[in-house]
Amino acid sequence: MDLLLQQLVDGVAAGAIYGALALALVLVYRASHTINFAQGEMALLGAYLSWQFFAFGLPLLAALAVSVLACAVLGMGIERVLIRPLAKRNQHLPMIITTLGLMIALNAVIAWVWGHQTREVPPVLGQGAVEVAGAALSRQDLVIIATVLGGAIALAAFFRFTRTGLFMRATVGDPESARLSGVRTGRMLSVGWGLAGGIGAIAGTLIAPELFLQPGMMAPVLIYAFAAATLGGLDSPLGAIVGGIIVGLAENIAGTYVPWIGSEFKQGLALAIILVVLLLRPAGLFGSRKVVRV
Amino acid sequence: MSLLDARGLTAGYGQVTVLHDVSLRIEPGEIVVVLGSNGAGKTTLLRALSGLIPARGELSVDDVSVIGTGTHRLAALGMAHVPQGRGTFGDLTVEENLLVGAATRPRREARTDLDRWYARFPRLGERRHRPAAGLSGGEQQMLAMARGFMSRPRLVLLDEPSLGLAPTITTELFGTLAELHDESGAAMLIVEQNAELALRIGERALLLEHGRIVQRGTTDEFRSSDDIRRAYLGV
Ligand SMILES: Nc1ncnc2c1ncn2[C@@H]1O[C@H](COP(=O)(O)OP(=O)(O)O)[C@@H](O)[C@H]1O
Ligand SMILES: [Mg+2]
Repeated sequence: MDLLLQQLVDGVAAGAIYGALALALVLVYRASHTINFAQGEMALLGAYLSWQFFAFGLPLLAALAVSVLACAVLGMGIERVLIRPLAKRNQHLPMIITTLGLMIALNAVIAWVWGHQTREVPPVLGQGAVEVAGAALSRQDLVIIATVLGGAIALAAFFRFTRTGLFMRATVGDPESARLSGVRTGRMLSVGWGLAGGIGAIAGTLIAPELFLQPGMMAPVLIYAFAAATLGGLDSPLGAIVGGIIVGLAENIAGTYVPWIGSEFKQGLALAIILVVLLLRPAGLFGSRKVVRV
Repeated sequence: MSLLDARGLTAGYGQVTVLHDVSLRIEPGEIVVVLGSNGAGKTTLLRALSGLIPARGELSVDDVSVIGTGTHRLAALGMAHVPQGRGTFGDLTVEENLLVGAATRPRREARTDLDRWYARFPRLGERRHRPAAGLSGGEQQMLAMARGFMSRPRLVLLDEPSLGLAPTITTELFGTLAELHDESGAAMLIVEQNAELALRIGERALLLEHGRIVQRGTTDEFRSSDDIRRAYLGV
């Protein structure tokens, strides 16, 4: 029983990270109808920048803030310079190849700048664990869960209650009609990519203390994030978070209780989820049917 | 000073030129009707005027050249365009649709305008917090017009507003358009299949064929022209 509870708690914590990264994927998908394969490496860059500014002597949260800002600007720049010219001409395949290329390039640059030895990013509230109904939850996991839930609620409020959030939703729904109404749709797309960049930096920095910060850190996490985004529905921010938590739970429970999955084959689970969702319910749990058409 | 002045406008899609050398002027407050069969280029004309597709030639608003100007900037200059198919944001609520329509105006003014539109179209008021996708065709057209007028435009481009509506609703729609015109003083450029109704509220008309303007005149001249009557008025 305690073991199950422990797996549930661990699953939610891991799932929160997958959900955050999936959320970044969804924001980009909504803006540009493309999959940002570089999202994991952007999160990795965020983790490295946090580490670097921390190493320079900034307090951890200030280092994180600088990193979030830098990654947001990077996201906006990528949209403006690389993606928008292709989107204007409806070149979907070149867009995907661009984000794939970006993934490889970013990873190479990171490895070149920071090398392959592992770096240590400190946990936000220090080491140690708290006990939740008999299960141990590390302080960092607690921070992760609280940040992701809080962030998701803040983002939902942003979309629901601010003008920019409204204009972003209008741009997603019907870009031409939004433009005719006077919405600066290009800027809205940039904001989407910027938010995704910032969220990625937060996810990367928060997960870094639990993994080892090295250039390969985010690749496995990104697979789970893809599974989460697919499960939740590629255009649904709520779906991303819910999908992330389901994937995190499934991963932990299957890895522990299904002997032939074990810890080695857990990655395969993510692919299995992606395949099953695409076959049975391509729009995911919360996605709109439109997604299927693309 | 013309509100809108297009000279030698040429536009199309990719390699294909659809609109050839079109010139037209719209004075403040007037209603101009564009007739033409399917595929004549009416929608393309409106899209070129709004900057949705690139165009060659000259285009000015208040005698200031706006060729190549972004669509959102034209909206800020007082141009509203209710596209063919209405451009409703189905996932947004009725109220959110209206607020997007007021994107170029200060937030507080937009809020106060909402009530005026709910008073004019009580159906929209009743459904203000429902997703717009759930509205009937007639209600969606009301919403589209209200959304267009939320920007307090000086020129409204309407692309086949009666498309898909029942005849009684279409008659009502043109009554509403005439009222909105009187109240707001906005000029209108109306593309319409239902030529009879459109010619009745308009002052001037243009006939577009194969992307060229082949006839212009007052709406009275159009209504008494035998060719027009045969081709567009079904008599
Ligand atoms: N997006 C497009 N791409 C290519 N050709 C188009 C496009 N839209 C319209 N056309 C072509 O342009 C011509 C005029 O179309 P349109 O302006 O929609 O006519 P109308 O509104 O008068 O029915 C048609 O021959 C149509 O096939
Ligand atoms: Mg048309």
